[in-house]
Amino acid sequence: MSPTSSSTAAQIIKGQTGDWEIVIGMEVHAQVSSNSKLFSGASTEFGAEPNNQVSFVDAGMPGMLPVINEKCVEQAVRTGLGLKAKINLRSIFDRKNYFYPDLPQGYQISQFQNPIVGEGEVFIDLKDGSSVLVGIERLHLEQDAGKSLHDQSPDNSYVDLNRSGIALMEIVTKPHMRSSEEAAAFLRKLRAIVRYLGTCDGNMDEGSMRADVNVSVCKVGGYDKFRADGSFKHLGTRCEIKNVNSMRFVAQAVEYEARRQVEIIEGGGTIKQETRLFDSKLNETRSMRSKEEAHDYRYFPDPDLLPLELDAAWVETIKKSLPELPDEKRARFVAFGLTPYDASVLVAERELADYYEALAKGVDAKAAANWLNNEILGRLNRDSLTIADVPVSAAANNAIVTMVADGTISGKIAKDLLYIVWTEGGDPRQVVEARGLRQVTDTGAIDAAIEAVIAANPDKVEEVKAKPKLAAWFVGQVMKQTGGKANPGAVNAALKKRLNLPDEG
Amino acid sequence: MSVDKDTVRRIAGLARLAVPAEKLEPLAGELNGIFNWVEMLNEVNVADVPAMTSVVAQKLKWRADVVNDGGVAEELMKNAPEHESTFFVVPKVVE
Amino acid sequence: MTDFTLASARDALKAKKISSLELTTALVKAVEEARPLNAYVTETPEKALEMARASDTRLAKGEGGALEGLPLAIKDLFCTKGVRTTAGSNILGNYVPPYESTVTQNLWDAGAVMLGKTNMDEFAMGSSNETSAHGPVFNPWMAKNSNSKLVPGGSSGGSSAAVAANLCLAATGTDTGGSIRQPAAVTGTVGLKPTYGRCSRWGIVAFASSLDQAGPMTKTVRDAAILLKSMASIDPKDSTSVDIPVPDYEKLLEGGIKGLKVGIPKEYRMDGAPPEIAALWDKGAEWLKAQGAEIMEISLPHTKYALPTYYIVAPAEASSNLARYDGVRFGHRAKGVRDITSLYEKSRAEGFGLEVQRRILIGTYVLSAGYYDAYYARAQKLRTLIARDFTEVYKKCDVILTPATPGPAFAVGDKSDDPVAMYLNDVFTVTVNLAGLPGLAVPAGLTANGLPLGLQLIGKAFDEATILRAGLAIEQAAAFNHKPANWWRAA
Ligand SMILES: [Mg+2]
Ligand SMILES: [Zn+2]
Repeated sequence: MSPTSSSTAAQIIKGQTGDWEIVIGMEVHAQVSSNSKLFSGASTEFGAEPNNQVSFVDAGMPGMLPVINEKCVEQAVRTGLGLKAKINLRSIFDRKNYFYPDLPQGYQISQFQNPIVGEGEVFIDLKDGSSVLVGIERLHLEQDAGKSLHDQSPDNSYVDLNRSGIALMEIVTKPHMRSSEEAAAFLRKLRAIVRYLGTCDGNMDEGSMRADVNVSVCKVGGYDKFRADGSFKHLGTRCEIKNVNSMRFVAQAVEYEARRQVEIIEGGGTIKQETRLFDSKLNETRSMRSKEEAHDYRYFPDPDLLPLELDAAWVETIKKSLPELPDEKRARFVAFGLTPYDASVLVAERELADYYEALAKGVDAKAAANWLNNEILGRLNRDSLTIADVPVSAAANNAIVTMVADGTISGKIAKDLLYIVWTEGGDPRQVVEARGLRQVTDTGAIDAAIEAVIAANPDKVEEVKAKPKLAAWFVGQVMKQTGGKANPGAVNAALKKRLNLPDEG
Repeated sequence: MSVDKDTVRRIAGLARLAVPAEKLEPLAGELNGIFNWVEMLNEVNVADVPAMTSVVAQKLKWRADVVNDGGVAEELMKNAPEHESTFFVVPKVVE
Repeated sequence: MTDFTLASARDALKAKKISSLELTTALVKAVEEARPLNAYVTETPEKALEMARASDTRLAKGEGGALEGLPLAIKDLFCTKGVRTTAGSNILGNYVPPYESTVTQNLWDAGAVMLGKTNMDEFAMGSSNETSAHGPVFNPWMAKNSNSKLVPGGSSGGSSAAVAANLCLAATGTDTGGSIRQPAAVTGTVGLKPTYGRCSRWGIVAFASSLDQAGPMTKTVRDAAILLKSMASIDPKDSTSVDIPVPDYEKLLEGGIKGLKVGIPKEYRMDGAPPEIAALWDKGAEWLKAQGAEIMEISLPHTKYALPTYYIVAPAEASSNLARYDGVRFGHRAKGVRDITSLYEKSRAEGFGLEVQRRILIGTYVLSAGYYDAYYARAQKLRTLIARDFTEVYKKCDVILTPATPGPAFAVGDKSDDPVAMYLNDVFTVTVNLAGLPGLAVPAGLTANGLPLGLQLIGKAFDEATILRAGLAIEQAAAFNHKPANWWRAA
């Protein structure tokens, strides 16, 4: 699994004046999975009545003070370790000062110069089976803001602080992504990692994960110069697209934004560094006027909090407790015999990977993967269900696949059997016995069926002698005759012998 | 470093303080008086001195991850200048 | 009856010579009569009497805490559940906290009685109590042959005046740059700023978080020891509260000061300071020496940078701490405003007084892009140097003796138009906050025209016991038993 050079994966935008490359960096806000908020004891549960999960601390009442939630620190460290990143044993909480109705203290407690997690890396998996390395710049802990509702009244906005103070991990990448596909793949991979770790539920619909996507374009070659000397002067001016909340929208936003920038530059204009919004209905990005004013956040260390100091031994304990992560699991699946791409699809969701592993126990890895992809996921997709909704356990599927492998049932019967246990339930082995689905390997029964087919189709017998390929038709007829229970291999062999056909047929 | 009218206007904007135009000049004068006095700090060589980040020598306290607060929406609304059920109400904010 | 100290009232209550109700009733009456001083902004007589009755019930059963039945005044910076808390500002309007500060809760848990909330400089920003939205407080003291009204110091000016005028047995204060010690010194009372982290800041309206510290304001050193014991605690709700058990400071008063090493910092001899201050300081050193202490000259070389350092750090923190006063969730909101930015700008301009606005502007400026390193970062480095000065001298001495203020109480209006002149009032006290150390102001004498002056004792971190013991030595030697003439009842 060696990462391909990034530049070969670069997406090219054809302009009037030549080819352009896209450069993408991302800041992802991932909500920490915890019961209570980063600095208060109020609940983080989704969907409560307005302002009902707000403590006096979260509401910025006079004299209220923050006390840090140990679980949130642990989750940030765990995520950092999952990103193969450097854990900073001393980090500092700063105040980021600005006024907004959903920011009750008038500042956000965040980490500026000394984040809890430093540089790390994420491999993203592309459709062609290649992997690309995306560098992580940092991860820091910070408070989420509340929510302002603007459509409840013509003159007013309504403020709900339930989210205010919930812990977020802001994960910042280096500008290492080169195409809309890579951007979407990064977000998908990051989500898989935090879900494996249990540090964020990755639920993008509820806002548990939001991406700010930085997009710029440069002439072909500019990016390689940037990678060579680290100077941003080789790259174009970037625009930040705020709060994109799905993989699909990330890809669409990048596509639109890159083309917009190329058009402006080629038209003689310059790109203004600004914050933009992705409108998923119109499939376009547009400038956010409210964020136009020059920001001066006046960061300084929060005097209500001391520096956050971690014990190296404690970090080590967390490291030891980490689950197997997608990349490791993928490598293991590839070693089983799966293709890198199949493996990466299976490991994208921990539940799916776990299901697969239970299904594949003791059987051929590839056969198990095919069964899962073709028979189970196919059916789930049709009904818009997820792996969590499968009514047939992985163990039951394992039994079916095992019975196919040891010749107890045929592949055709296996599909019927799955349908039965899917709709009616039951143990596959018992169903096979009760309904007599065992494969017929008894040569007497097969021979009898062959004789019956030959007797009924004398013309075909003549034909097959000239066209050995027709043997498949005979196999089908014999299978039909035996109600699908005959072993196709045995049927094939017996037919060849009976009709005197050459072996390669 | 000298503070002028425009600087006062910019700073007041950041601090969200309405300062009447005629007050900008006198305020700049006052602030300059203070900043001139503060200039004496430049006499000290602080190149190798670490900034003080905490006054007390102890580790940051940690809280257990339990829900033991919140659920006081009604209480919060009692001091609110304007509210609608349990929402705080502000003039329309344009995104 | 109102002459009682905490200690003497406690003993009288225990001996059943008086009841808390009698004591409280007398103080409630004194508070009413002293309204011309403007020391209280909110009187809570019903609450006081109710608490007194409850205390009497407990006392009758031989129960009760360390402060059972003892009436106190609370600086209006402490949030008190169900009782209006203004921090001396219009921006809080009629804010009624739905919670009680840890320090005041500790006091009520010890059985104390609340008489009301005392006046203060707006958000504790001032040294004269003239920046209060409730108007100035007048010092109970007047100079001989003069009837001009004097300031009681600040920002805890309501508390210092209330203690000096016998309008409570003792009061709480807070001290960010000298706001307990300076008002105590100019009103002939005792004020103790504990080590940073000794008293919880939870529920105290924040001015400058890395400097703010609550402490007792009392009539005697013993009372300061008693009150601190109940105010202090280890608070899981304040990340900067320190996990060191609270000792019995009153018990630790015993034992004298024989062998105590007292440092006299040469940098505190200021040019142009009144000769009376220098003379009193010398006298203080002699008193301690006479009781067995060893006096030594020491050097705190960065002293002169303390005030300008403070005037960067404190406004910077304040500019951020005061951002929450935005007219959205509580407090003053400007009328008839249709967009959010104007709502912020007008509400804050209307709600904050001029000194507060000035400091918000200073703080915003020193943190703003391009200036952070030149001002805030540099000031935090100077703080390290100032703190190191103390670490160095504490290798040689146990406590430091200095004047508490550069002069006695001045007249109302005298310094209000020159901010830097006003800031100089804290010149002797502010280093202590920057280094997070404990400091005690003790009355030590009168000026020629009859105004009180105080001395300051600075201790090692969490060594309040030693400065209290040295303070007791000064108190006994000075035999300061002067009281202001009661002019306000006639007023
Ligand atoms: Mg960001
Ligand atoms: Zn962020």
